[in-house]
Amino acid sequence: MIRGRIHSIETFGSVDGPGVRFVIFLQGCAMRCRFCHNADTWKLQSDDMRTADELIEQALRYRPYWGDEGGITVSGGEPLLQIDFVTELFRKAKEKGIHTTIDTAGQPFRSEGEWFEKFRNLMRYTDLLLVDIKEMDPAKHLKLTGMPNDNILSMIRYLNEIGKPVWIRQVLVPGWTDDPEDLKKERAFLNGLSNVQKVEVLPYHTMGAWKWKMLGIPYPLEGVKSPTEQQVREAEKILGAGAPEASGEKSA
Amino acid sequence: MRDEWRGFKGTKWTDDINVRDFIQKNYTPYDGDESFLEGPTEATDILWGKVQELQKEERAKGGVLDCETEVVSGLTAYGAGYIDEKTRDLEKVVGLQTDKPLKRAFMPYGGIKMAEEAAENYGYHINDKFHKIFTEYHKTHNQAVFDAYTPEMRKARHSHIVTGLPDTYGRGRIVGDYRRVALYGIDHLIEKKQEDLANCGDGTMTDDVIRLREEIAEQIRALKGMKQMAEAYGYDISAPAKNAREAVQWLYFGYLAAIKTQNGAAMSVGRISTFLDIYIERDLKEGTLTEKEAQELIDHLTMKFRMVKFARIPSYNELFSGDPVWATLEVAGIGMDGRSMVTKNDYRFLHTLENMGPSPEPNLTVLYSSALPDNFKKYAASISIRTSSIQYENDDVMKPVWGDDYSICCCVSATQTGKEMQFFGARANLAKCLLYAINGGKDEKFLDKQGNHMQVGPEYAPITSEYLDYNEVIHKFDNMMDWLAGLYVNILNLIQYMHDKYYYESAEMALIDTDVRRTFATGIAGFSHVVDSLSAIKYAKVRTIRDESGLVTDYRVEGDFPRYGNDDNRADDIAVWLLKTFMKKIRKHHTYRNSEPTTSILTITSNVVYGKATGALPDGREAYKPFAPGANPAYGAEQNGLLASLNSVAKLPYEYALDGISNTQTINPGALGHDEASRKDNLVRVLDGYFDQGAHHLNVNVFGIEKLKDAMEHPEKPEYANFTIRVSGYAVKFIDLTKEQQLDVISRCIHEKM
Repeated sequence: MIRGRIHSIETFGSVDGPGVRFVIFLQGCAMRCRFCHNADTWKLQSDDMRTADELIEQALRYRPYWGDEGGITVSGGEPLLQIDFVTELFRKAKEKGIHTTIDTAGQPFRSEGEWFEKFRNLMRYTDLLLVDIKEMDPAKHLKLTGMPNDNILSMIRYLNEIGKPVWIRQVLVPGWTDDPEDLKKERAFLNGLSNVQKVEVLPYHTMGAWKWKMLGIPYPLEGVKSPTEQQVREAEKILGAGAPEASGEKSA
Repeated sequence: MRDEWRGFKGTKWTDDINVRDFIQKNYTPYDGDESFLEGPTEATDILWGKVQELQKEERAKGGVLDCETEVVSGLTAYGAGYIDEKTRDLEKVVGLQTDKPLKRAFMPYGGIKMAEEAAENYGYHINDKFHKIFTEYHKTHNQAVFDAYTPEMRKARHSHIVTGLPDTYGRGRIVGDYRRVALYGIDHLIEKKQEDLANCGDGTMTDDVIRLREEIAEQIRALKGMKQMAEAYGYDISAPAKNAREAVQWLYFGYLAAIKTQNGAAMSVGRISTFLDIYIERDLKEGTLTEKEAQELIDHLTMKFRMVKFARIPSYNELFSGDPVWATLEVAGIGMDGRSMVTKNDYRFLHTLENMGPSPEPNLTVLYSSALPDNFKKYAASISIRTSSIQYENDDVMKPVWGDDYSICCCVSATQTGKEMQFFGARANLAKCLLYAINGGKDEKFLDKQGNHMQVGPEYAPITSEYLDYNEVIHKFDNMMDWLAGLYVNILNLIQYMHDKYYYESAEMALIDTDVRRTFATGIAGFSHVVDSLSAIKYAKVRTIRDESGLVTDYRVEGDFPRYGNDDNRADDIAVWLLKTFMKKIRKHHTYRNSEPTTSILTITSNVVYGKATGALPDGREAYKPFAPGANPAYGAEQNGLLASLNSVAKLPYEYALDGISNTQTINPGALGHDEASRKDNLVRVLDGYFDQGAHHLNVNVFGIEKLKDAMEHPEKPEYANFTIRVSGYAVKFIDLTKEQQLDVISRCIHEKM
């Protein structure tokens, strides 16, 4: 049986999908977002290797808290870097009737070949995706994350094609991702989609900075402050965040 | 049927005293939402404004506004007192403990030395004549206990292996059925007690019969005193209350009688909400009361509960910081017939936290079940999120044991209202007991006169190996717990005997059945540290570090081990074993007046004091640092988030800890949800999931660590004047905690997910 490389478990995830979630943080990410608050999940290796069965058994201990909405969310790190493992995990979760969510930045997405087939298969067992759009402008995205964003946007388009519900999340970093023009472009992009259930603006915070120090990496956003309440409201206004999307339908 | 009972149904309760039957036959369940609620009246705003001014003055004066030095407190020691003479007509509910608001009464019967010390501590001097009276002419509880203590008991007390004992303060935790005053009037209650006296014993004067006859006579005297006390306010409470306003007032007089005569640690109000709703509903139907007036009655009653004060000694304040009185008051619950007992009045009581702002008292307690109406669960959750002022206790586990008319006396302990009393008895320090097992009964901190480690426990063979062996430790710990359980129960037997003799609660007991069930409430401190220590010894390697005398004073853990608080059975099984083992040992011993022994895992804020007296532990907790409170996992032990921690605590079997299992959790609002609606929903899910697994209690705090730090540094900011938080067992204004306890609370704020 495949083993997943685990970073940590959060039994009480309340902002990682609908309801109360059992959140599995997987180890490893290829992006190097300058604002990352989980830099400790970057490296690919982990000492904590677990099977899907072990995790499902553990997750089920929390079913009493889920009510009719909660379930499992796989986050990271970048969960799609361990697509085989996540597929097995979700297949087994669906056998138990558990709601499944992936929290991804979409970076490993490829729109063809073997990887794409795997992704298509994974979508059979996935109820919802939380997709981070780091930045709409391709050049800025590259500078901010070290990676291009074209494949990320294609993933979202593909999910729209197959009618898979997504929540779009935009981290708001003052001076980096809050350009109103870019946010307007993002809204225009979203307007072309019918699978977006929710848009959330997540204010950048510095609480992850200490992890960079622990890892011995200079923190690139030193001095950048969290956005003000006002800045968040403005971004939300442009993106139409907060209110439920008219086109999206609620996932099961 | 009497005219006061017009419209009420049922016959059993009219003949016998049976408040439960009255409630079940007459209450109106409510499953709607909170939209019917009314804001504060002008009178409420004026009166509460004045009380807040007084509270501010009290704080400015170092914690005590005024202190009696000339009058011994009693039912009729004072005439009428009001929040302010000029606004007395605005007070819908009247009655103060003394002649002035927030003035602390002089109560010498628990111990004259303590009463004097309490006054001196705040710059007051009790009239010297009382010292002579209460040492030469009349003995007090405290003196009597110390007369009878054995040297072994004194040593155990000194070393804090048993501590917080009610030998320097009133035992409290007795909840009179104050509803009886409203439903029956005092005269009927006197008649019934006279009947009991006539039927007490067959003429053979055994100790038990003599004692009980004297007690009933005292109770009748107290009932007569209550009538006089009410007369001073212009009320005749000899007959039943005729309407809601009288019912609230009569009931409060019953409670006032208790707090004028006893300064017990916990002076709880009990389960009064559904009862009072019946009167309010009748008046609303008869058109003699509006919703606005109904809310005003509940606001004013609650205001009085917020004003209860006692003069406490410094060592008491260290144990129970922030001036708590545990005026605990319950709402909700499910009846034996399956009907929800939520009424509109349960909303009104929670709504006082909106009308008059957050407050630690009364200690509002929701008797929770996932079967409660959704609207009510959500409303309670929203009040929790906004005020952090309420606690939740699992009705589903308590109801089978205590029925559907129990109250909570103190923090988490159920007691059948009007049927039962409790012998409260602090707690045993099991963490220190573990160290005694390792060190052969020698204390790791306290020294004897020769400067050697004091031999407090029996002189069993100590462990001499460098590395601790699990089986050897368990064997020795088991023996040491045997000793501790026996000593502890006997200390309590002695204390309770003397409390009955010298500081009997006649006013409260007058409102409880003569044929009373008695529980004997022991307790455990240091719980999670013992569990983790044993787990470390079992699953890692623990090396002992000894001082020059050979006594182990520190430990080094090599390797990793599972900790309680992660839903890991390897550690949690040890927790269950520990509770069961201790309780079984307690049960072996004779308990005073054949009371039923129970235990609690509850420390209140005394986790700091107990920790201070206890050396380093094998789980890595450093010497003299605070314990985790109640049944909470140790600080930093929880690695898998809130729900894993809750699941660990939920495994502890309530049947072995019928006095309660206290758990306090602080959740950052951001970690509970991104918006108010989802926070409310998620908190309800947490409560449903936790209590459906059979867990007993949860204190819910919702705020971030930044707010705590700011409140500690800027207590003068107006927004912190009423900033209330839940600590183990009660609620407290954060700025009233000692600095040490504030730091302790801050260090425990761990559910801070980013």
